[in-house]
Amino acid sequence: MMRLAAGGLIDRSRSVRFAFDGRVYTGHPGDTLASALLANGVRLLGRSFKYHRPRGIMTAGPEDPCALVELRTGARREPNTPATAVELFDGLEAQSQNRFPSLRFDLMAANGWLAPLLAAGFYYKTFMWPAGWWERVYEPLIRRAAGLGRASGLPDPDTYDRAHLFCDVLIIGAGPAGLAAALAAGRSGARVVLCEADARLGGRLLAETCEIDGQPGAAWATSTEATLRAFPELRVLTRTTVFGAYDHGTYAAVERLADHQPFPDAHQPRERVWRIVAKRTVLAAGAVERLVAFPGNDRPGVMLAGAVRCYLNRYAVAPGQTAVVATGGAEGWRTVEALAARGIRVAAVVDRRAEVPPAQAALAQRIGARLFAGARIGATRGATNLRTVIVEGATGGAQRLTADLLAVAGGWNPQVQLACHLGGRPVWDETRAAFLPPTTPPPGMEVAGAAAGRFGLGESLRDGTRAGSDAAVAAGFATTAPEPPSAPDDDTPATPIWLMPGRKAFVDLQHDVTMDDIALAHREGFRAVEHFKRYTTHGMATDQGKTGGVLGMAAMAALTGRSMAETGTTLHRPPSTPVAIGALAGRHRGKDFRPTRLTPGHAWAAEQGASFVESGVWLRAQWFPRAGETEWQQSVDREVLAVRNGVGVSDVSTLGKIELAGPDGGAFLDFLYINMLSTLPVGRVRYGAMLREDGFVLDDGTVARLEAERWVITTTTANAARVLAHMEFAHQVLRPNLRVAFVSVTDRWAQYAVAGKRAREVIQAVLEHAIPDAAFPAMACGTFGSARLFRISFSGELAYEIAVPAREGDALVRRIVAAGAVPYGLEALGVLRIEKGHPAGGELNGQTTARDLGLGRLLSARKDFIGRAMALRPALLDPARPTLVGLRPADRRTRLRAGAHLLPRDAPARIEHDQGWITSAAFSPTLGHPIALALLTNGPARHGERLRAHDPVRDGETEVDVVEPCFVDPEGLRLRG
Amino acid sequence: MRIPCPHCGERASEEFSYLGAADPLRPPPDATAEAWHAYVFLRDNPAGNLREFWHHVHGCRRWLIVTRDTRTHAIAACVDPRA
Amino acid sequence: MSYSVFRLAREALRGQVGWKPAWRDAAPKPGYDAVVVGGGGHGLATAYYLAKEHGLANVAVLEKSWIGSGNAGRNTTIIRSNYLLPGNERFYEWSMKLWEGLEQELNYNTMVSQRGVLNLYHSDAQRDAYARRGNGMRLHGVDADLLDAAQVRARHPYLDFDNARFPIRGGLLQRRGGTARHDAVVWGYARGADRRGVDIVQNCEVVGIDVVNGKVRGVRTTRGDIVANKVALACAGNSSRVASLAGLRLPIESHVLQAFVSEAIKPLIDGVITFGAGHFYISQSDKGGLVFGGDIDGYSSYAQRGSLPVVEDVMEGGMAVLPMLGRLRVLRQWGGIMDMSMDGSPIIDRTPIAGLYLNAGWCYGGFKATPASGWCFAHLIAHDAPHPAGDAFRLDRFVTGAVLDEKGVGAQPNLH
Repeated sequence: MMRLAAGGLIDRSRSVRFAFDGRVYTGHPGDTLASALLANGVRLLGRSFKYHRPRGIMTAGPEDPCALVELRTGARREPNTPATAVELFDGLEAQSQNRFPSLRFDLMAANGWLAPLLAAGFYYKTFMWPAGWWERVYEPLIRRAAGLGRASGLPDPDTYDRAHLFCDVLIIGAGPAGLAAALAAGRSGARVVLCEADARLGGRLLAETCEIDGQPGAAWATSTEATLRAFPELRVLTRTTVFGAYDHGTYAAVERLADHQPFPDAHQPRERVWRIVAKRTVLAAGAVERLVAFPGNDRPGVMLAGAVRCYLNRYAVAPGQTAVVATGGAEGWRTVEALAARGIRVAAVVDRRAEVPPAQAALAQRIGARLFAGARIGATRGATNLRTVIVEGATGGAQRLTADLLAVAGGWNPQVQLACHLGGRPVWDETRAAFLPPTTPPPGMEVAGAAAGRFGLGESLRDGTRAGSDAAVAAGFATTAPEPPSAPDDDTPATPIWLMPGRKAFVDLQHDVTMDDIALAHREGFRAVEHFKRYTTHGMATDQGKTGGVLGMAAMAALTGRSMAETGTTLHRPPSTPVAIGALAGRHRGKDFRPTRLTPGHAWAAEQGASFVESGVWLRAQWFPRAGETEWQQSVDREVLAVRNGVGVSDVSTLGKIELAGPDGGAFLDFLYINMLSTLPVGRVRYGAMLREDGFVLDDGTVARLEAERWVITTTTANAARVLAHMEFAHQVLRPNLRVAFVSVTDRWAQYAVAGKRAREVIQAVLEHAIPDAAFPAMACGTFGSARLFRISFSGELAYEIAVPAREGDALVRRIVAAGAVPYGLEALGVLRIEKGHPAGGELNGQTTARDLGLGRLLSARKDFIGRAMALRPALLDPARPTLVGLRPADRRTRLRAGAHLLPRDAPARIEHDQGWITSAAFSPTLGHPIALALLTNGPARHGERLRAHDPVRDGETEVDVVEPCFVDPEGLRLRG
Repeated sequence: MRIPCPHCGERASEEFSYLGAADPLRPPPDATAEAWHAYVFLRDNPAGNLREFWHHVHGCRRWLIVTRDTRTHAIAACVDPRA
Repeated sequence: MSYSVFRLAREALRGQVGWKPAWRDAAPKPGYDAVVVGGGGHGLATAYYLAKEHGLANVAVLEKSWIGSGNAGRNTTIIRSNYLLPGNERFYEWSMKLWEGLEQELNYNTMVSQRGVLNLYHSDAQRDAYARRGNGMRLHGVDADLLDAAQVRARHPYLDFDNARFPIRGGLLQRRGGTARHDAVVWGYARGADRRGVDIVQNCEVVGIDVVNGKVRGVRTTRGDIVANKVALACAGNSSRVASLAGLRLPIESHVLQAFVSEAIKPLIDGVITFGAGHFYISQSDKGGLVFGGDIDGYSSYAQRGSLPVVEDVMEGGMAVLPMLGRLRVLRQWGGIMDMSMDGSPIIDRTPIAGLYLNAGWCYGGFKATPASGWCFAHLIAHDAPHPAGDAFRLDRFVTGAVLDEKGVGAQPNLH
């Protein structure tokens, strides 16, 4: 066991059982999966992407490039999860990934032998012959080999949440700088939100042995948390990662509510995405350790020096029993001290400096560690675990040292990502040997502490205090900065990037990118930072290059002789840490993907057993099956014939309804519609069509003049929202001086079409009012109590549309049916209108002109209207344009389908013979044969012609006759009936 | 983005819908085809400040003119053209 | 230097030291027969075909940054020729034909992978619209299959068939559609053009266009003036800015389109799937990442970054159609600047200035067009006349009304 006898921030009073690759282990609350595995002596966690090299635990944070596992099982399996970021819970199950058949014996490790062949970009230079083999042979092999973990492939059983927060000061990170900032901002009374990715506040304080205000760092963090939580306007969000900075002070964060449990509690979301809008922001996200490049730097047992301290101090775990520490300065020596303090043997310290300060040399001597000054790591050995470290001295000559832990101090990368999300570029700082935040961070953001390159504890606390206070003041709170918490200024000199070339010196551990690959990219001209990144895939793995990214740039800088500043970095974009897709989608999935709109008569239709269909976000009754009807067509035919021979009722509440009032309403309608509407008398309805400004048809509908200065217009269901916005633009922007007001009343009214020769009796019975034809002729409208009545017909029959306030809709439709009307649905409505040749969805497709639809006669030459000028462009007036016609099958039997193309009978099926297409089709029970509407080039001139309806995607081929688009009662006698 | 609606206050951009440049003015009915073509189809599309129409669909339903830098998204002004 | 598995093996044995730069990082000369502005896929393909098909090798491609730094390097790599309107379909099918031979043409593995593009439909009206499109494709000699729900389920059983707000009723499948490796297309054309003598000049921004008596005479750049009687613009999202240097206003707005990639996982999704009741499309790269995207952000922008509401909208679309995505994580997100035209279709044409040619308006579909765009643009530059495959892409179509409005939404770029 590697668990230390004492110390750590774990709860030793309780044990937690967990399984890795089927074997059961125990750990303690407070462990991560990684620390618990280390405590159990498990150091081999997975296999690498390309060469399947054994990989272990490199870091103690979510940035780990190697320690990836599949967490959980079944539908909850989460691939590529860093064990270093998983809080241990009882019953946790994890598996290693990217290995076959087992982690210890991985056949794919044979790739390692092929490594010389598999250099960066090798696949661009081969797999080209024979031409057809890519999809069939090469690509499947590559695809199977690529990828790391396996997705569950099953619907995610958990739920997610999205929520909004508004605050004065957002503080990102609760390490020393963030806590100090929160203390300073919180006392001002500002609304503060403090987000910390970890379950505990403290950041590096939890991993180090240090003192603040005379207390141990971790204890200071705990007492500070108590102080902060007492501020009434301060909110602490733990397990919350801010992953994106967006415009105007908007940030996105994900709170992991249940990832530390086996599964969420009942009704508990797994994760919540917060959208935080902040007046000011303090970015105190700290820094992440970086890798050191040397041959064999990937072997399990190689660990970053700061991570070693974290395992020792926070988790009370010894990451090894015999250590070698490689460093270029004080950073590694702190780890030497920590190891020695915990009684772990340090076999040697490899210091790249020729002159090691006396105090450090003395420390080595005191603990019995050999000191190699001016030396480097030449290689490592060990099958699946580090066994030997080969040190190359300053004067040549290699020493083999037995060790199972190699702690490497590579220095620190400030976590500047969020400061760069709005396009700022990090700035290289030579003295701190790090990329610092851009000179122009997002407006309102200040970067503090290690994220700003202030690595010392004292300076970090002072910086945080200042930033928190400044942020509160900038947000409008009168406050002065408090005395910063006091801590020693260990003026740690920066640790420069350390590259030791040689075979298998990795700069990207997850994608298996080596120094050699960078050199190859350089040789082949891929020298721009984005070019070599893309060519080698360096920094593109799930760890986003947080530990190794800068190394690749340094390697390229060394090859080109350019400085780091000239070499630059790639851009940072959200998310700064990978985020679950489900969390970003929130509750918008399954049936809740989009709202569902129901008409006031929905419950009634459901009672009738209606089949419903989506119509935009509406659900509409499609047909009303009756006993004995086995096919939908039977129901629809019956409903159509009921309308043609008796009377039917259909719910048309989904049509857009807009009510207008004002003295200039007529003038405004004239501007909107292609036809004249100002002349419409009170009590009358007129059909109208609108164009877009580019001259194509936007929508059609009816305009009813209810009173001298009051109109109600209808739009199609699909275009209701767009027409309203169009009208608002026309009024507010183009015709602001017209005295008119309007509002959508779609939801306010339930509306039913009552159609058929017996429609009048039904309406009279419902209204208990006589409505003789003379008093209420075709295209009349009027008000009867709470009802509005329009004598308009989509079916061509004697028909009315009756509208009542929505709350009366259910009762009304029941009365209409009681009066003898047969319910008909959307399908029958479609058949009836196709029989009449009225354009609808298939024809109003945004690509047709008024003339195309046979509405040319409506175009008024006596007024300006939207779209008038552009409708006069030559291509819109071309007589060869496809124009509305009717079709019927030559044999009167074969079904016609919308989407079939029209070709001359004897022409081959080639595009140059394409003359149009079927826009709508139906079986007409009235006529006893299929019918269709179509857009046909030169249409009106071709009535009587016979064509092919060509439908190869449905194996359809039918001869059709071109006829007038109106199939039933072209004289319109019925609707006047 | 956050858009400062003069009627409703600062609101998230998804409350609004976008139309495009606000500066081309609709020509008179008898204008030339070229003038209409320029109005309906041609755009300056500047990299810099652009006066543009946003419709506060889920708010006051006013068509507003926002002056915004297309490189940074910084908003210099948001006005109701009628005001 | 020719690429092959033999060459690769030989280099493997000697430490990969024999490779030469894939293309020269050229310095600009004082003059060229033709200058292509924009070192993206389209510009490089144009230069390649100018040299190869038209014998015009005294050509420079000027790139203000590194080649492929614009939309060629930030897209979802989809290739397809499943367009509705004949003017588009014949062009994109020509592009598909060129894709199908691209590796051998360029001696560079661009990983053209024809695993199919499936557009889902969710209503009868959508089915009929896809039937119209599929039948049109067949009339062009292009493959198209209209699948019903059972056929879609057999192909992609993990789609949400049972609890969807907008049930899947079927899909339009183009089996020859698929993906290609976007960066490889850039590098392959660059290498091919370079080998034929084209100068590829990086970090060279055009800051002026010289026009004398209505004829172009050259460009001014951050690396000096260059004389050329033919100047060809292939600047994608920056088309308006560059064209304005010659005093032109274009029927184009620049908009952000975001795209996303997930962490790499073992093979999960084959081919490309697009959702028909929301804005979402997805495929899986050879590296294992799920590559997906949705609608444009919807407002004019030159900032290469996206907004949070659209991120959420895309993820909602993903969860609506593929509820298994929930626990997979978004790894990277990027934003490209789309040259959204007024009818949603591109422009490959002369301009009112003699010798100045325009290739623009690709909206969010420029990647798949790369080979044919280069082919047709090269033809236009060489012959001063449009190539038949791209002759619907005329600049004057907005004047005449012969627009190519696939979606039927009119002169509003953010709706296309």
